Amino acid sequence: MDWTMYIYKTIFLVIILLVTLLVAMYSTYGERKVAAFMQDRLGPNRAGIFGLLQPIADGIKMFMKEEIIPLSANKKMFILGPSIAMTTALLTGVVIPWGGTLTIFGHEFPMQIADLNIGILYVFAMVSIGVYGIMLGGWASNNKYALLGSIRAASQMISYELAMGMSIIALILTTGTLSLHEIVDQQQGMHWNVFYQPLGFLIFIICAFAETNRAPFDLPECETELIGGYHTEYSSMKLGFYLFAEYVNMFISSAVIVTLYFGGYHMPFIDHIGLSGNVATLLGTFFFFIKVFFMIFLFMWVRWTLPRFRYDQLMNLGWKGLMPLAIFNILATGVFYYFTELT
Amino acid sequence: MHALTNRSKMVSDKKMTFLEWIYLPAIAKGMFITIKHFFRKKTTINYPEETREFSKVYRGLHVLKRDDQGRERCTACGLCAVACPAEAITMVAAERKPGEENLYREEKYAEVYEINMLRCIFCGDCEEACPKEAIFLTDRLVPSDYERLPFIYGKDMLVEPLDPNMRIDVSARQTENLLKFKQNKQFAHNK
Repeated sequence: MDWTMYIYKTIFLVIILLVTLLVAMYSTYGERKVAAFMQDRLGPNRAGIFGLLQPIADGIKMFMKEEIIPLSANKKMFILGPSIAMTTALLTGVVIPWGGTLTIFGHEFPMQIADLNIGILYVFAMVSIGVYGIMLGGWASNNKYALLGSIRAASQMISYELAMGMSIIALILTTGTLSLHEIVDQQQGMHWNVFYQPLGFLIFIICAFAETNRAPFDLPECETELIGGYHTEYSSMKLGFYLFAEYVNMFISSAVIVTLYFGGYHMPFIDHIGLSGNVATLLGTFFFFIKVFFMIFLFMWVRWTLPRFRYDQLMNLGWKGLMPLAIFNILATGVFYYFTELT
Repeated sequence: MHALTNRSKMVSDKKMTFLEWIYLPAIAKGMFITIKHFFRKKTTINYPEETREFSKVYRGLHVLKRDDQGRERCTACGLCAVACPAEAITMVAAERKPGEENLYREEKYAEVYEINMLRCIFCGDCEEACPKEAIFLTDRLVPSDYERLPFIYGKDMLVEPLDPNMRIDVSARQTENLLKFKQNKQFAHNK
């Protein structure tokens, strides 16, 4: 890799980081607007035009709040918790292919920071570490509710990660690769994986809801039972980091879903128009973000429609529902490919 | 038992069918309902910019009326204060000096007239008790404040402006029937 590539990657990394934070910031605004609209209200509309400055006002409020670390808390772990949650949430964006390849002055610049050949495994690794952020924070608070919330989060994420991983195995059987970039390229045209793996997609999206701690799986932070859940003792920007990490996670998991199942930056008709390379690439990125925003909207839509699961129902669904279904999906996919390869 | 609405459903613990058991059709149905509400007209009224339309006989902030020559109608008889169930009205009477005939209608007038808006329950008994057609409730609102003291409204807030163009219209609360009722001597307060 020559030095232009290093500079390009650094710049692109910063851009992706900023875009991720911006999208997460406006997801909080979008969440409130969507919630309001679904409840026949208007939502925030006082700060700036259409309330567009609301996330900034919220951010300033978070900064201004008093920073409290409880006396009985384990101080190092208490600080480590939100840091891990935020860091791992942001790290996942590295392997996602945000677009095709840009050609500037004869150099080719792929719109992906790291095209790992084990991209999917990297995503899963980061998601698994993310649990530690919640667990450490909840345990270090030295508070019953926080501990209960973090235990719930840990057991929920571990249970659903299994089914999620198995739904991915079926997907890998159809694609034959672990690299996210190759998976996207295979979906050119209308060959979206969601049509080849509908059951796998259903399992994956349900698990994604559970992994991001969103309703109807928001048991770790259910206000009615656990006050605030794992972040009961947190205040100021540490609380802000936890809440913000949830929205970053939502954005990243939407991006992963779009990459894996909805053809990433490909749009079915775009190859027939005959646009030049760079324009087509940028248009592809634009479509990618449209798909991602729709997925984020779906996340919110589901949150404001469905009530929360009871804890035993959650475990039932995870272990007795999704797990066998995912195994069946692997089996069915395997059998299908075994017989189609033979003929 | 007779049902109050016909929306109640009999609870049963029959076994769920397969479609009910996987919940997905029910979830789709629920999501259809929420998306319908998403595009529905919003019920919010943006208060300071828009206001809800009031009923004609809305009872809001009081006004102390002047007569058509701009003289205060109130004679500080104290009937409103007596009629007030919340004891929100206090007044101090004074005698009209020569030369003040253009300010006050009769020989006695209210030097101080105060209504505590935190006590007032806006029942309208004061205007019913008033024999001089001096006090009325209007469709204006009492604005909110951070402290208690500003809620004691004196004459500066209550008496309507002298300017004929800025007079406060109370015609909705001063109908023929009402006047007739007020002059009917068979009611105790008119005696």
